[in-house]
Amino acid sequence: MRRGARGALAAVFGPRLAGPLVPAVAVLAAFAVGAAMIAALGANPLDGYRALFEGAFGDLDALADTSLKAMPLLLVGTGICIAFRASVINIGGEGQIIAGAILSTFVALLFGDLPRPVLVPLVLVAGAVGGAIWGAIPGFLKAYSNVNEILSTIMLNIVAVQLMNFLLRDPIMDPAEKITGRIPQTERLSENAHLPILPGGTRLNLGVPVAVLVAIFAYLLLWRTSLGYRLRAVGHSAPAARYAGIPVRRTIVAAMTLSGAMCGIAGAILVFGSESHRFVTDGSSVGFTGSAGFNGIVAALFGGLHPLWTIPASFLFGGLLLGANVMQRAVQVPAALIVALNGVVVVFVVSSDRMRHLISERLSDRSPEAGIEPSREAPT
Amino acid sequence: MSDFFTMASLVFVVGSGIRLATPFLLAALGETIGQRSGVLNLGVEGVMLLGAFGAYYTILETKTPVLGVLVGIGVGLVMGVVYGLVTVSLRAEQGISGIGIFLFGLGMSDLLFQKQVGTPLPIRGFDDWHIPLLSEIPKVGEMFFQHSVLVYLAFVLVPVVAFLINRTTFGLNIRAVGENPAAADSLGVSVARVRYGTIILANLLAGLAGAVLAIELGIFQQNLTSGQGFIAVALVYFGAWRPTGVMAGALLFGLVSATVLQWKTLGIVSGAASSITAMAPAVLTIVALVIITRTVGQPSALTKPFDRGS
Repeated sequence: MRRGARGALAAVFGPRLAGPLVPAVAVLAAFAVGAAMIAALGANPLDGYRALFEGAFGDLDALADTSLKAMPLLLVGTGICIAFRASVINIGGEGQIIAGAILSTFVALLFGDLPRPVLVPLVLVAGAVGGAIWGAIPGFLKAYSNVNEILSTIMLNIVAVQLMNFLLRDPIMDPAEKITGRIPQTERLSENAHLPILPGGTRLNLGVPVAVLVAIFAYLLLWRTSLGYRLRAVGHSAPAARYAGIPVRRTIVAAMTLSGAMCGIAGAILVFGSESHRFVTDGSSVGFTGSAGFNGIVAALFGGLHPLWTIPASFLFGGLLLGANVMQRAVQVPAALIVALNGVVVVFVVSSDRMRHLISERLSDRSPEAGIEPSREAPT
Repeated sequence: MSDFFTMASLVFVVGSGIRLATPFLLAALGETIGQRSGVLNLGVEGVMLLGAFGAYYTILETKTPVLGVLVGIGVGLVMGVVYGLVTVSLRAEQGISGIGIFLFGLGMSDLLFQKQVGTPLPIRGFDDWHIPLLSEIPKVGEMFFQHSVLVYLAFVLVPVVAFLINRTTFGLNIRAVGENPAAADSLGVSVARVRYGTIILANLLAGLAGAVLAIELGIFQQNLTSGQGFIAVALVYFGAWRPTGVMAGALLFGLVSATVLQWKTLGIVSGAASSITAMAPAVLTIVALVIITRTVGQPSALTKPFDRGS
């Protein structure tokens, strides 16, 4: 999908500028739409954006909080890079985050006495396994029953949310909460499972470097291993991959499992990196994940489905989500604006391929297709 | 459980099941038209939310339910043009652009609600229309013929959509474009024009579905639809791309939801366990998807953008 856009842009601006330009134009266009919306709501767009950016990137604490907000986006986005590269559209990030959180919480409840150097890695692995299971289900259904993965992952999101609500309201509910309050949450989980806070006096915890390491791992996996080669080959053309002897079905399952595992790690980090040190929700998926399962898709698309570019992209979108709350207080524009803008960014990025192509046709005197790679590589 | 199997309770469940099926049915009928022409419109959820807010806000301000319905349809129309531009003219990947439309609708409806309304006030929709004579039949009348006019409208649309797809020239074009766009194109059918038409119809019905949801509930809140639009998309697979099949699916979902609600009301399932029963529609959908994709073929060109070439 991106190569077509890059190819078209490269024809106009030269190869060096083409890569970053596609998402940059998309995000600028989204900001323009956002400015119009802020103005339409009777606030000053410049004041709004200034508040937003200061809130997100203004000082060291803000940067640390932005990083924490970016962590789940990066992990989900990295998983999305792997899945989309294999032409598997994983919309199940929300459910996979929750599945990871559930399994890791069970591990912490069962093995809370283990020493910290053992338990912290263990809960992260448990998160990965939980997410991997939740991702493998639609993977199997797609590979062996040809079930549309978009629909099955969305349905599994609903199932996971209800499973979370059930568990947090009864079996693993905080015993104190059962008597007094009604908040669906666990008790304070074992101290030994808490992610260490990094030195520097901010709230930054181990989850952030873990997410970055996972992104680097995904990059190496995709471009330096034979599994990565198979994933990308299946993504380019499943029939061609099959002809070349690649086990297409197993590769699809692998893509969904890996993608889910990364979301699951995010779930574990959201629980064990939280300040309350519990697994807590408000009864909706947003209450726990903050819609990271969807926003991670935005970050990945914005990063050109490249795990390393997804790092700065997640940081940017994490900042926007954090800064939106500051903006809400400063100019009384609800933070939901950013959710709407994320949608606009997605639409712009997926449309930009063809748009670039049309523009480059206008700008160059050559025949439409000359010197340009085939324009579409849509991951279907 | 014996409380549930009383006549009064069952009559109530069937009646509210039909009511709950209505938004599913409207959205899924629209989606059926779109998918038969080869367009997967995943933005339904977002368009429903926008339509729901539009209708809610209009009725809150004007106290006129008819205006609310029209605004819901209008919102759908606008979103249809946008989605057509993105997926037909710009040939963007349909699944992902649909998620973009969903996020836009989710954020935008919430934003406007917080800014324009803030505290959720109830609205008053249409009075139930008791169909003369039929509604007098004991039990049956109460179940089927004492609903809002919107409910009847949705069910009347089932044969209308079936007729449109199977018996009209436009319908023939829709099916041709959905199965083999290149062949349709070579016969002089404009793939782009047909798909713009179906996308606009699909979104129009999604906007209406949102309006109906808000009017029936009499309220708006953040993420009011909570997945109903996505389930509507799945219902099209469930109904094997046929309006009557889609209706059967919508009714099944309505009845399951009504049953779950009634169990909760009667205390048959309490508190936490109601979450487990709330999984039922989603699990049912996955099972149905597995069975349907094994037995029925989808429109061949579904999700494939058409490039006419030169």
